[in-house]
Amino acid sequence: MALLEVRDMQVEFPSRRGSVTAIRNVNFELASGEILGIVGESGAGKSTIANAILGLLEPPGIMPRGRVLLDGKPIENLPIEKMRQIRGKRIGMIFQDPLTSLNPLQTIEQQLVETIRIHLDLNEADARTRAINMLEQVGIPEPEVRIRHYPHQFSGGMRQRVVIALSLCAEPEVILADEPTTALDVSIQAQILDLMRRLVRETGVGMIIITHDMGVISETCDRVMVMYRGDVVETGPTRKILGNPDHPYTRSLISAVPRPDKRMDRFPLVEYIEEAQIAHRPLDIRTHWLGQSRDFGAANSEFLVSVRNLEMRFVTVRSLFRSKRRYLRAVDDVSFDIRKGEVFGLVGESGSGKSTVARMICGIYRPFAGQMIFDGTDLTSLKSLRQVNRHRRQMQMIFQDPFSSLNGRMRVADIVAEPIRFHRLAASNDEVKSIVADLLDHVGLGAAAGKKFPHEFSGGQRQRISIARALATRPRFLICDEPTSALDVSIQAQILNLLKDLQEELALTMLFISHDLPVIRQICDRVAVMRDGKLVEIADTETLFENPRTKYSKHLLDLMPRLGGT
Amino acid sequence: MIDSLRRFFAGDLWWSFRSSPIVVLAAMTTVSMVFASVFANFVAPYDIFDLTQFNLMDGLKPPFWMERGEIGFLLGTDDQGRDVLSTILYGSRVSLTVGFFSVIFAMLIGIFVGLVAGYSGGWIDAVLMRIADVQLSFPAILIALLVDGIISGLLPDQAQGELAIYVLIAAISLSFWVQYARTVRSSTMVERTKEYVQAAQVIGLPKPLILFRHILPNVMGPVLVIATIQLALAIITEATLSFLGVGVPPTSPSLGTLIRVGNDYLFSGEWWITVFPGLALVILVLAVNILGDWLRDALNPKLR
Repeated sequence: MALLEVRDMQVEFPSRRGSVTAIRNVNFELASGEILGIVGESGAGKSTIANAILGLLEPPGIMPRGRVLLDGKPIENLPIEKMRQIRGKRIGMIFQDPLTSLNPLQTIEQQLVETIRIHLDLNEADARTRAINMLEQVGIPEPEVRIRHYPHQFSGGMRQRVVIALSLCAEPEVILADEPTTALDVSIQAQILDLMRRLVRETGVGMIIITHDMGVISETCDRVMVMYRGDVVETGPTRKILGNPDHPYTRSLISAVPRPDKRMDRFPLVEYIEEAQIAHRPLDIRTHWLGQSRDFGAANSEFLVSVRNLEMRFVTVRSLFRSKRRYLRAVDDVSFDIRKGEVFGLVGESGSGKSTVARMICGIYRPFAGQMIFDGTDLTSLKSLRQVNRHRRQMQMIFQDPFSSLNGRMRVADIVAEPIRFHRLAASNDEVKSIVADLLDHVGLGAAAGKKFPHEFSGGQRQRISIARALATRPRFLICDEPTSALDVSIQAQILNLLKDLQEELALTMLFISHDLPVIRQICDRVAVMRDGKLVEIADTETLFENPRTKYSKHLLDLMPRLGGT
Repeated sequence: MIDSLRRFFAGDLWWSFRSSPIVVLAAMTTVSMVFASVFANFVAPYDIFDLTQFNLMDGLKPPFWMERGEIGFLLGTDDQGRDVLSTILYGSRVSLTVGFFSVIFAMLIGIFVGLVAGYSGGWIDAVLMRIADVQLSFPAILIALLVDGIISGLLPDQAQGELAIYVLIAAISLSFWVQYARTVRSSTMVERTKEYVQAAQVIGLPKPLILFRHILPNVMGPVLVIATIQLALAIITEATLSFLGVGVPPTSPSLGTLIRVGNDYLFSGEWWITVFPGLALVILVLAVNILGDWLRDALNPKLR
């Protein structure tokens, strides 16, 4: 008999504008010792399933139909007290962010022992022994010492291990893991997935992993359920779904995942999404506004941007006396050159200093030491704001988070027009308006988008607005700081295609920052690998992926999740 | 214009307003009280500044439903024979004026200080916020008394009566700006790190433009809510100051002055002189407060 069974589940969110059906007709079962993956893009209803199983639907959500059977007994619509005995005891949970799912004011010991004693009939000492055993089981070294520490004393990966120990400590039968590795670096992600797989085999629990990441699915799951807009489109063994999917949505979703093993010219687009699917119309750079006099310097160098011995320190201990100050070296002696018209990749794990480098080049941070040469001019030597602005206009940045990078109180047209107006790039207000409309149209939004506010757009569309704003100064150098890491794969494919089109037709030079190696392979000409603020290796993309010179690059490449069957 | 009106009536704000009867009641009360006090000359049965309209013989009459009460004086009269209802209407005009303008001035000072402190950080922030902290450690009423005392001392005697209301506004706004400054500062510190501000920096916009065009609109939400609550507080402070005798002179009475005057008659049985202005104050403050409370929730997207 199945351990957990969900029959005909439907979840609705009633609102004053009618009821929204978040998921419908969901059927699945989970056996013990099995890992079931639920995959889908944002808004597909993956997390809603987990919440509905636990009876934790956010108000006003309701489950008008459906059964949830745990070991053959229905657990849906149980009274709160009864449900509380099931949560944590029989169904454990692992959440996305290990930082917020642990209480920062309690030691690991207090949290583990409390959980164990609530659910298992053990005394203080036995509970503690069990807690230490659990920590050992999830691979935390020196558990007797570490158990007395607070959550902030653990690194992100270690913290997620603690969360896993916490979810396992009451011997649950089922574990629900909602995006368990999304907040972690690739190297940590691989370890955590390994651990989860091992624990499932050893303890025989059933596990449901909810994720948007095909790589995670292929590494861990036995079976996969693919969701699209609240419907289950396909369920089957992982190999079958990833290798030979039946449903067209699954097929196009898998094809949109950037391939780590081969460079392709353009990403295949997912047919199913309803967002802007307009084919990119090329424009003639010689006649278009974007191509007009861009104050290009006359420097006849091969390189557009050169960075020499760049160093950035953040003060960690303040003091009046110079000798007592302590610094964190975020960027340490970094030098590289970017050729005109190339896409230069900067890759590294979180905290490696790649974003700091970008922010120094475009002037958000002032470097502690070193030189930045842009088109023959040393930017660090410029004193007056006017001189700096002349160069700043030629470099623009596209940010990671499409939800915070646009001012929510301004209309889209004003957002895009601001740089044009400020730098006086157009003669009249009418000209500004027509340029803005043209830009919005060119990034695939349509000129009508200008009248709306940013919150009326989805993440991918907002990223298009960001791109339009960046183009509005007629830049020649574009810095993209993880431009797609907050987006779904299908949208990511669109945005990367757009960036590629624009780069080619406007002859842009680009600095492309990402932690995602397959994306880097698809888009960059040359790549620099960073680690702990230092540059490890610079190489042509193909060379790096085929023959990495340094151990660290090789290590990073080995960690790339590969889709099974492809 | 019509389009944006239509969008407003279809929006969540109007819907949450309509679906809460208490809020609708509070809004109606506030609007009608503001209306009645602004147009007191037309609404009030008597003009309390016109000496020919009242008679000392009518003094200390109780409300109309009591023995000796007259229908002409609905809520009774005070010691000088003035109609209590009329004095309340004229009185709330003074109270509302003081409340409204002191909130505006406090808001302007507070927002400016908060924006500058939050965006600059470092020693500028430290100095500005220490000043704010020091001021916060004194009761607002004490600050207002101090400011009032100093300004009144500097003014010539004959000007004092005329300028009393401006002095009051200055005193109250100088004691109220800290709240705004602290709120704006903390929101500014959050907004400053967001990517849209960095985007503005990359475009090359100068600091004042980033502050006022980009950050200011994003920190205004909480400020507006504090403003409605502070409006109630400012009215009470004005009443307290007038009650203590340092506010507006008895010749142009505010609600606070009325309560103080009536206080002397409370124990001799003429309760209505002080109770009705007090009641008006309570209703006004309560209504504005309910509105402010609702606005805070309605503007918070998470609580919608």
